[in-house]
Formats: sequence, C-alpha cells, structure tokens
Amino acid sequence: MPDFGFSIKKTRSESIDNGSKQKYEELVRRVPSFKRCFQCGCCTATCSARQFSDFNIRRMHTLFRRGDADGLSEQLKKCMLCGKCTLVCPRGVNIRQLVISMRTILDNGEKK
Amino acid sequence: MKISIIPYSAFVIPFLIGVVIMAVTCIIKYIRWIRMFDAAQRDVIRHNWFSWKTIPALWEMFREGLLHFRIIRKNAVLGIMHQAFALGWALLIVVGAIQSKNAIACMNQEQSITQLNTLIEQNGWYSFDKDKNIILNKRITYDEAGNKVHLHYYRPFYAAIFYNYFIHKEPASFRKAQAYADLMDGLLLYVFLGLTLALAKRLWSKSVGVRRKASHNLVDRVTKLSLWMIFPLRLISESITSSLYGNGGFLTKYLGSFLSPDIFQYFELVSWLSYSVVLAIFFISMPFTRYMHIFTELLLIWFRKIGMKESTRPTGYTRFELNACSRCGVCIEGCPIDKELDNHRIQAVYLIRGLRAHRREAKMKIIADNCLMCDRCVNDCPVGIDISSIRRMTRSKGSLDTIGNYSYIGTPRPFNAIGRIAYFGGCMSHLTPGITQAMQKIFEAADQKYWYMDRDRSICCGRPLRQQGFLNQADDLMCKNTEMIERSGAMMLVTSCPICYRSFKEEYNLKIPVMHHTEYIDLLLRQGKLNLKRDKRTVSYHDPCELGRGCGIYEQPRNVLNSVTTVRKIKEQKEESICCGFNLGNAVISIEEQTKIRDAAVRSLTAKPVDAIVTACPMCKKSFQHATDRYPVQDIAEVVAANLIKQDE
Repeated sequence: MPDFGFSIKKTRSESIDNGSKQKYEELVRRVPSFKRCFQCGCCTATCSARQFSDFNIRRMHTLFRRGDADGLSEQLKKCMLCGKCTLVCPRGVNIRQLVISMRTILDNGEKK
Repeated sequence: MKISIIPYSAFVIPFLIGVVIMAVTCIIKYIRWIRMFDAAQRDVIRHNWFSWKTIPALWEMFREGLLHFRIIRKNAVLGIMHQAFALGWALLIVVGAIQSKNAIACMNQEQSITQLNTLIEQNGWYSFDKDKNIILNKRITYDEAGNKVHLHYYRPFYAAIFYNYFIHKEPASFRKAQAYADLMDGLLLYVFLGLTLALAKRLWSKSVGVRRKASHNLVDRVTKLSLWMIFPLRLISESITSSLYGNGGFLTKYLGSFLSPDIFQYFELVSWLSYSVVLAIFFISMPFTRYMHIFTELLLIWFRKIGMKESTRPTGYTRFELNACSRCGVCIEGCPIDKELDNHRIQAVYLIRGLRAHRREAKMKIIADNCLMCDRCVNDCPVGIDISSIRRMTRSKGSLDTIGNYSYIGTPRPFNAIGRIAYFGGCMSHLTPGITQAMQKIFEAADQKYWYMDRDRSICCGRPLRQQGFLNQADDLMCKNTEMIERSGAMMLVTSCPICYRSFKEEYNLKIPVMHHTEYIDLLLRQGKLNLKRDKRTVSYHDPCELGRGCGIYEQPRNVLNSVTTVRKIKEQKEESICCGFNLGNAVISIEEQTKIRDAAVRSLTAKPVDAIVTACPMCKKSFQHATDRYPVQDIAEVVAANLIKQDE
C-alpha cells in the first residue's frame, strides 16, 4: 500500500480485491428493500441477541455489503428471528428476510 | 336341473376396467402411505383403532364426507353443490344396489319360466345349464328327466349401475319397484341440482357467492368434464331404454315419452356404452387427480379423529392430507394475500397441489414462504387439513438449521419464584412498554406476586424460528426457556404475546398452566380481585391470529372488555378476523405489502363508528398504531389498567 501520509483504520478499510459484489447483488435481488438501509442502527439497538452478546446486525450488513464475509455465517446464526428489528426499521427494510437470505447465500457459497 | 342366468353386455367392460384400476391404485397408494407413518402415528393406530373415539369419527365421516356441513355453514349454495354430488351419488349407488338386489331376489324366489323366456329373448342376459353350456332362445320348462328346472339369477355388482338396461320389467312380487325407480330418478335430479350449481360456478362464480375460484390444471379439468358427463349420459341412456320398454321412474319415463323408439333403438347401446366409458375415464383418472379426495378425505377424518397429528417432518399422514384436498378453493376466499395483494399463486390449494405432484423443492419453497400463517385457511378448510404444519415442513431450512447457536445466552440465572406467577412479556412487548407496564400495574392492583422473567433481556420463545423452518434452532431456545421457568418454581406462566402464548401452550411441555394476559385478567375479574370503573368509549376488538384462530381464545377478551367498555361487533371478527399484516409467519413480503393488509384490517375494524381499536397482541398494536391517528390503539391490558379503581381511594 502506498504511503499517502495518512493511515486508515483496519476496520474502516475496504478491500475491493477480496470482496465480492456478486453476493451483495444476489442479496439485493432477494431483498430489494435492503437498498434503502441508511445504517442508522435501530436494528442493533433493539436486538434481543445484542442484549446477550456482541451480535451486531448493522455491522454485518456493512460487512456483507463490502463482500467481507469471513465468519459472517457463524455470527448470523446467533439471530433469533424475533423480528423486532424489522418492526423498528425506519426505512422498512425486511431485516428478518435479510438475515435468512444472507445465511442462504453464504451457505450456498461455502458448499461450492 | 339348475340354470344360471347372468346379466351381461359388452359395454360394461370399460366400467369394470375402470373400477379395477381405481381400486388397485388406491389400495397400493394407501398401503404405501400407511407404511410411511412415523412411530407416534403408528401408536395412535394401535391404541385407538377401536375405542370410544370411533363413534365421533364415523359421525364426522358421514357429516363432512357426505353432508358437507362445514361448507354449508360457510356458503350454503356452495355446500349444497358439494352435498348434491357427494350425497346424491352415494345414495344413487346405495339405493341402486338395494333396488337391484331386491329385484333379483324376487326373480330368484318366483322361479318363473315366463320371466326366463322373456329374458332369454331380451338382450343382455345369458343363461347356462349345469355343464356351463350356453342356452340360446330355447323354451325350457322341464328337463329330460321331467323335473322342474331350478333358476338361479346372478347379481354382478354392475347390475345396479346399469339396472334399467338389464331389467325392463320387474317381477310381479317386487311390489315397490315403481317407488324405487322414482326414488332413483329423484336422486338423479338431486345430482343435477349440484351439476347446475357447478356449472353456474364455472361460468360466473359470483352467482354462487365465490369471490375467486381455484384455477385447475388440464388433467383436473378433463376429469371434471368426465364427472359432469356421467349424470346426463345416465339420464339419456335410461330415457332411451324407457322409450323402448317403458321402464324407469317419473323422469326417465317422461323424457322417454318424447323419444321415438323407431329411431332411438339404434342409439341405446351407444349411449349405455358412452355412459360406461365416461365412468371408466373418471375412475381411472381419479387416483391421479383431485378426485382422490373422495376416499382419502374419509380416511383422513378417521385418522384425525382417532387422535393422529401432523409431525414436524413429512410422513404418511401428510400424504393423506395432501391427497384429501379437493381443491375446492375455500382457502382462497379468506386469504388476505389473495384479497389485498392480488397474489393468486401461493394459497393452500396450490401449495398442496404442488407438493402432491412432487414439484421442484425450490419452487415449492417460494410458495410456502409467502404466507402470513394467520391460519385463516386452516380454519376455513372443510376437510380440516393442517395447512400451516405442511407449510412449516416445506419451509424446512435443511443445512442452515444448525444446533448450538445460542451458547452466548449461557445458563439462565436461577431465580427463586416459588409460588409466584412468571410473567413473560415476549420480544414484541419490549417495543410496546405500555403493555408490560399495564400488566405490572394489574398484578400489583390484584395483589399478585409475580416475576417479570424477561425484564432486562428477552430470549425469544422460538416460534418465529419454527415458523421459518429452523426447527433445531427453535428447540435450542425452547430448552433455555423451559430450564429458566422450571428452575424458578413459578406456579403459572402469563404471557402478553399471543405468539409466545401459542408456543408455550402447544410446543413446550410445561408442567404449569400457561395463560395469555386476556385469560388471566378475565380470571382475576371473575375472582373479584380487580375493581374497574366503566369507560364510556365504544371500541372494536381485533382478534389476533395466534390468539383467536390459533388458540381459540375469543370469549375471554370480550368478557374483559365488556366489563370496562362497550365492544362493537364488526363484520370480520372471531374466526374471520383479518391478520394485522405484520405476522411473523411471513418473512418475504415487503413493508408496503404488509401495510396493504394492515389497512384492510383497520378498515374492517373502523367500519362502524368506534372510539378506539383494542387488541391483545403487541404486534397487532404496533402495526395498527402506524396506520391511524384518528383512533387510539390500545391493548386490553392498557384499557383495564387505565380504569382500575385503587383500593385505598
């Protein structure tokens, strides 16, 4: 990486080489409302699983969007599908379907 | 000497082939499905086959298989159509069998040689002597030795079906012959009533009160046509025979009098043959089309009434359920997805048809996923098919459904709640703190010791996962909650969320009683532990799907509300209540679509002037709150809590 005279935090960096946009496109095809997400974090704030662990659904959305899906499948299993996030989402994103779809896409990917 | 006489004509062959193929196919299928039963279902058969449950089972088989009471209650015209076909046809067979049995028994008793001679001259009767030699057109009265011959008339079962062709003149000793013939014509007329209604439904379904009828595939349509052809062809054949020989009842005689024997004698065999062929087409295609429901429905009612239940995985019982569906389309009538979203592909009838035909799994999942699981179709189904269970099976997630995902919850903190009431708000109640606060207020006002078990952190009851086909994951959560409740020693569980309530009641095996808060408040009121002042408002009550149709709790919430306010009756209430649209059963419809269904529910709730909408589910409350500013939306607990009279005042 060339030295630009400033550094980027690892968590904020996005590797276009490693990431795969294909999975994101597949997800948007399955859950079109995901495009509306403006990452406000209401879903995470209300999350039942969050109360017990460091489960962070908003972070997972971001990681998936970037195509950075390492270990995401394991994390997503923690979701209880209780649906609170979907009900509070101000943008009307169907987050339950998003979780199921993300898991399906990742699962199919891992199989191959 | 003994002479055997048998009625037979070549045109019965197609009919016989049809019956044999139908019987063999049905028996093979039934044996296969019975062998697919799981252990629990086998146990039910072993223990309950002959028990006191047999009598109600037989009654329901008669009531639903022939009389179709459930459809009549939903839609009288449609019910009479089904009844006319089922009961009319069944009686035609039964009365026809009795008629032919009596006629031939009388012939056997009379031993009339004149009768024999007429029959030998008539087409369709064959007589044999004791060496199986055929006797043709010989007038026999005495044999060589001079003894009187003994006549034995056989009665093959098709004699009842083609009775008029074979018996032109009943023996004189069969006194009620004309009454039987008239009764048979009456029954045929009854079937024609059904046929007319079916035709009306086919051409303009609204004329029989059907908003939208099921669309059928080609095979079903051809079979339906053959079914519809059976009865007119029977009438035509009988009329032609009547025109030639003057037999038959009031209808066939009347029609026969219009037909000239000179012309129609050439058509007699043709029309009987086509009657036989049409019967054969119907019988052969029956096991492979929706008409398989005719026998399967009866078996299904039997199995269900002796206590058999749907399992979580497809079993033989599922096959019976799938084949018991007659695709009558009653499930389409109430479906909010059909009504509000104009999606006419995902209803129970199409799901069952696809599963029955073993269509591709991915395709079936798309159909199975798009359902609110509001149980409206389960409630409406005249056959009583457990459609929601079948849907859940189809939704099964396979490899995604892993075990041990919820280790992060850890072991729940033991809490000593012996003698207390455990209160489980449920996830959704955390979004409507009004309900949980109201419940706490009620507990305190009634002086009840309670333990708010999910005050800080809530573990989901597992039903949302189960609805989406994650059975193992749901079981994991179930274990956690069961452990927490059983360790605490609580004496009762009260929950505010109907989804959790149904889960605790049906899926958990808790040793303590489970109550929804509407039931619990009703109990407190009956015990006189709550003092309430009257609220002057008039409200409409929305039956949540899981509480009403799911658990049959209709009266308790109304009792509670009537003791505080006035409840206005609305058109779509109790079993017919419209889902609020946000039901967790459906994960695939978008918020816009959910909103459409919700608006329909709100329209129905506010069709008559009311001051507020009251419901008993945090989910419904949340849903309606967003819909309207004009009407306050409240939970029953909130209405009660707001009208409590404090003891010390």
